[in-house]
Amino acid sequence: MSLSRQHEMHKRRFSRNLGLGLVLAAFVALVFGLTVAKVSNEDFALPTGEEAS
Amino acid sequence: MSDASLNSTETQAYDAGFADYFALLKPRVMTLVVFTALVGLIAAPVAVHPIVGIAAILFIAVGGGASGALNMWWDADIDAVMKRTAKRPIPSGRITGDEAFAFGMALAGISVVMLALATNFLAAALLAFTIFFYVVIYTMWLKRWTPQNIVIGGAAGAFPPMIGWAAATGSLSIEAVLMFALIFMWTPPHFWALALFTKMDYDNAEVPMLTVTHGRRATRVHILVYTVLLAVLAVGLGFTSIGGPLYLTVAIYLNARFLKGAIDIWRRDEDMAEADRFLTERKFFKASLVYLFAHFGAIAAEAMLASVGWGGW
Repeated sequence: MSLSRQHEMHKRRFSRNLGLGLVLAAFVALVFGLTVAKVSNEDFALPTGEEAS
Repeated sequence: MSDASLNSTETQAYDAGFADYFALLKPRVMTLVVFTALVGLIAAPVAVHPIVGIAAILFIAVGGGASGALNMWWDADIDAVMKRTAKRPIPSGRITGDEAFAFGMALAGISVVMLALATNFLAAALLAFTIFFYVVIYTMWLKRWTPQNIVIGGAAGAFPPMIGWAAATGSLSIEAVLMFALIFMWTPPHFWALALFTKMDYDNAEVPMLTVTHGRRATRVHILVYTVLLAVLAVGLGFTSIGGPLYLTVAIYLNARFLKGAIDIWRRDEDMAEADRFLTERKFFKASLVYLFAHFGAIAAEAMLASVGWGGW
């Protein structure tokens, strides 16, 4: 069996792998969105020491 | 990968697909969790950034899903003998118990940690407690031990609006507790109506439902008593800060209909019920779903109307 040939297992697990990939991509996007939302919040402020430097 | 493991993969007849893992999360229960948590978030008197709100609802839903997966892991033996649950991923052989356990535990951890990071520790602690309560207190302990399983275990399903409220405000209040109480009191009549027309299933699985331990007459009486208490609570909620004229109108109408349904169930005997194949009980069960969604929908509507100066008292 050549290395480039797709194993039958990959076809069988395609839906699971695709679903997991999409969920992980969505999770990354959500964490990024949360980060933006948190740092752009009015309550968010850098510690005084860092602000001064 | 070793030859042995490769061979074992090749001989495996079926690999669980994405949909099988999704089914472990009990998506239909999750809709209730998402909706009531969202209402808790909307009704709270603190504005939440939309992305933080979406993240909070999502992680509450994932936590609820994790509870469902762990519940299916523990209950696989009784799911296999009940017609209603025999096609679930574990009893049907699509996912192993170990896989479901690992999946549930991982999602439980992720959901609690992410909710803490996205909102606050109180909301995350409530979510962690909810998962613990549903899996350990209800699934592992009460469900197979006492006919009051539904009453006490129902608390697990009642937490989401409280978590939503806590995610927004970082605290709890009487309104959050009343939303909890509304679902808590609604759960027993909802499930006992289901138990009345799926009696054989619970008998076969030896789950001590009230219908099995105390008989069907006692179950009918219990449904009526809980529905009366629920009606008082549901209408009373209309006079708090999350209620208003719209909610009160909806609550009075729905509770009058729900009470009539409970009285009809109470007045029937088994011969009457079997003659029409439990039509009244089935109608009551369906109405109970509308009942809960409409009450929480009205709470959300009051909050949204209040934002334009119309809702509330």
